[in-house]
Amino acid sequence: MNDITKKTVAAHAESLRRREYSARELTTEYLKIIKERDGDIGAFLFVDAENALRDAEAADRMLEDGNENLLCGIPFAMKDNVLTKGIPTTCASKILENYIPPYDATVTVKLKSAGAVMLGKTNMDEFAMGSSTENSAFKKTVNPLDPERSPGGSSGGSAAAVAAGEAAFAIGSDTGGSVRQPASFCGLVGIKPTYGAVSRYGLAPLASSLDQIGPITKNCRDNATVLSAICGKDPKDSTTLGYDWGDIGDGIGKDIRGLKIGVPADMLRDADRDVAAAVENALEIFRSMGCGIVGIELPSFEYAFSDYKVICSAEASSNMGRFDGIRYGESEDGELFFSTRSKLLGAEVKRRIMMGAYVLSAGNYDKYYGKALKVKTLIARETDAALEKCDVILTPAVSSTAFRIGEAPLCDGLYAGDSFCMASSLSGHPSLEVPCGKGEGGLPVGMLLSGRKFSEKLLFSVGASFERCRDE
Amino acid sequence: MNEFECVIGLEVHVELNTETKAFCSCKTDFGAAPNTQVCPICLGHPGALPSFNGKVLEKATAVGLALNCEISERSRFDRKNYFYPDLPKSYQITQFYRPLCRNGYLSVETEDGEKKIGITRIHIEEDAGKLSHEGEFTEIDCNRCGVPLIEIVSEPDLRSADEVKAYLKKLRSVILFTGASDCRMNEGSMRCDVNLSVRRKGDTSLGQRTEIKNLNSFRNAQKAVEYEFSRQVKIIESGEKVSMETLRFDAHRGVTEPMRSKESALDYRYFPEPDLPEVCIPAEKIKEIGKSLPRLPDDRIKEYRDKYSVPAADGEILTETPEMAEYFESAASLTRYPKTAANLIITDIPSLNEKEDIGISPAHLAALADLFGDGEINSATVKKLLRRMLENDLDPAETVDAEGLRQINDEEEIRKFACAAVLEMPRAAEDYRKGKKTASAAVIGRAMALGKGKPNPVKLREICISILEETE
Repeated sequence: MNDITKKTVAAHAESLRRREYSARELTTEYLKIIKERDGDIGAFLFVDAENALRDAEAADRMLEDGNENLLCGIPFAMKDNVLTKGIPTTCASKILENYIPPYDATVTVKLKSAGAVMLGKTNMDEFAMGSSTENSAFKKTVNPLDPERSPGGSSGGSAAAVAAGEAAFAIGSDTGGSVRQPASFCGLVGIKPTYGAVSRYGLAPLASSLDQIGPITKNCRDNATVLSAICGKDPKDSTTLGYDWGDIGDGIGKDIRGLKIGVPADMLRDADRDVAAAVENALEIFRSMGCGIVGIELPSFEYAFSDYKVICSAEASSNMGRFDGIRYGESEDGELFFSTRSKLLGAEVKRRIMMGAYVLSAGNYDKYYGKALKVKTLIARETDAALEKCDVILTPAVSSTAFRIGEAPLCDGLYAGDSFCMASSLSGHPSLEVPCGKGEGGLPVGMLLSGRKFSEKLLFSVGASFERCRDE
Repeated sequence: MNEFECVIGLEVHVELNTETKAFCSCKTDFGAAPNTQVCPICLGHPGALPSFNGKVLEKATAVGLALNCEISERSRFDRKNYFYPDLPKSYQITQFYRPLCRNGYLSVETEDGEKKIGITRIHIEEDAGKLSHEGEFTEIDCNRCGVPLIEIVSEPDLRSADEVKAYLKKLRSVILFTGASDCRMNEGSMRCDVNLSVRRKGDTSLGQRTEIKNLNSFRNAQKAVEYEFSRQVKIIESGEKVSMETLRFDAHRGVTEPMRSKESALDYRYFPEPDLPEVCIPAEKIKEIGKSLPRLPDDRIKEYRDKYSVPAADGEILTETPEMAEYFESAASLTRYPKTAANLIITDIPSLNEKEDIGISPAHLAALADLFGDGEINSATVKKLLRRMLENDLDPAETVDAEGLRQINDEEEIRKFACAAVLEMPRAAEDYRKGKKTASAAVIGRAMALGKGKPNPVKLREICISILEETE
């Protein structure tokens, strides 16, 4: 089983059907790799070898029966804020250290019925609050490309698992860049789908109006495959919208000549020089493919960071209220709420709860949250307007490459470099991160391709075409 | 005390009798074993999301229409955030900013005549769990979490404990007719909070109000109002100021006292519920619900008055429940003396009936009314028959015939009993002759007894008195 770590989902799917190896053998191999490597990488919080092998065996039976789902038998890693019945789900927080969910998230169910094999749950920033995975209450995850550096966050464990070859794909969640930024730092593809495309039922919420679950993969085709399996209207999640894409990967391989790529004015102003250079280079590649570059105006984007801060902290503070000393953690005698939460919630979580409570407090609502909702609408409108002039919007994914662990340049706990990601989180538009070059020290640089709502098919098409050109 | 006026507004919470909860498909049955009608959604597990039960909207709309409200085609859910052990998510899904119904009224019979009590708003919300205190522990039963409620808020138009009782009774009747709830205060499906303030008569501004929560019977609501009014008056008369307090009513001691902990002026940090879309009910659907409402109490009260000359106060009693109203209407349609039937139902039967229901069929009640109205039997016989009919639903006409219970109207016959009575009671006759006119009562009573209760009481009285007058 050579070079297993380099194989894509598509390649594995083909090998499985060619009987080059069985699903059980494949899972066994990945479990071996995890044992060998994860001590240093720290991507996993919980490895479930027993269930993984059992699921792999079931997948083998499905394959024998002629199952055509490309994910059948494919081992993957699940971010630890996606609920898995009977399997610990901690959100990397002490307050959920002993929490074993009584139900599966919809995404968990969908992946299971596709025959995918879950290897375990991955490390993350506590309750998805962070951009480096350093806020995990349990362990550190390093960037497999450079162990001194962060894999990004909050889905750092998921990105590291795929980058380290410990899983064929991973599931993360993206609220303000938490899939796309780690994917970018680790040289992988990640998507934040259109808000409402993927069910949030069973995703421990950070910001309910922003959260989306998204796959982290080696390339665009794999990403489309996984997204196909997990998307869809869910009666359990009233914020999901049904959309009939047909085959989401259908556009891959199509000629994108004539595509109009919108570039916001001054977009590279806030990016590091090496990132800017890589993105400029990407634009050249698009030009060489016959795409047109169009200047667009997104004047409210400069407020995306503040807007995100207000909305995310407000909704998070409300979502976090349920973690009391009655059902979670232990309670100190007589004090059910405050001391439990003080002890068992991390500093970043507390900071956001306080911020959120403040912006929602009486007298402050109109100034902050009320206003933030309006700015959110403005950003969405400007994005829609821009997308009438172009087919996709291109920006850097992050203003920098992976920073060193312990040196994340944070402002109030947030990373301003995530602003590019935050805009499409706020507007709800789909946003695909694709590695577009290398920066200083050979670290990967990612770009964002954002499009009209439910234009994922086009985004994957554009991304895949770019990948082909990039790799030539 | 007389220079002061009591100003009262009521907030009544009513449990809607849908089969399943407001936001999940758990059952709503009363009296189930603790924590057996629960699921991840109503228990507030991380990642669980609410799904709105459409039947709740229909029933809430029905109540809104029955209370003459404007129904909003588009309203919204909001989160009300606070900590309490009976609130698993630590927020309640309610409608704060845009409720379903506004600007209605309820007509109530008061001693000053008919009064329209304004209804400010009605909104949908979910119930919290139930706490029970067992020694040093408090037990939490989450069966009630998520049960649908409507909160009906009145204008501060009520002025006395009697008006409060009348309002609550009428409100209950109207809601029973819509079929939206069984309004059982003793089971908690109807709860009342009182907002009460005091001002000098003639003042138009409102005094400082206090809030008395969780009154569980009409009687306790009355007593609480009476006590709190006098308590506030005492405070004001002594020169002090009433402070805003949340109170509970101690039914045993008959006093209000401040509630321990909970909240008095908490900041609920309301914001729109991001997990649920707008609550939409198209105009046609509202109309349809309106059309399907049965005739409501006020219409029936008017009808009874116009058709049957039943006074409004009696009409209010007859329309206390739909069953009572249907019963009366059936009986009334079968008798030539519907007003008599009404009196039987309102006065005679309640004083004799030990059961919950009336065991007399409408036809038999109608027959009884006919017999009395035609003068075939007297009131004493009516009562005797009623007692027996309540046991066995006898046919009164048959019984009267079989047992010879017809009233004696023949004056010759009556004279026999009257004479015999006078002869048997010489002292009473003597007293009468001496000027004590009330002595006739004993003679009349004796004569009636001799006639075994059958003489026509009016004629008997006349004849007895004429005999007494004669024997001078």
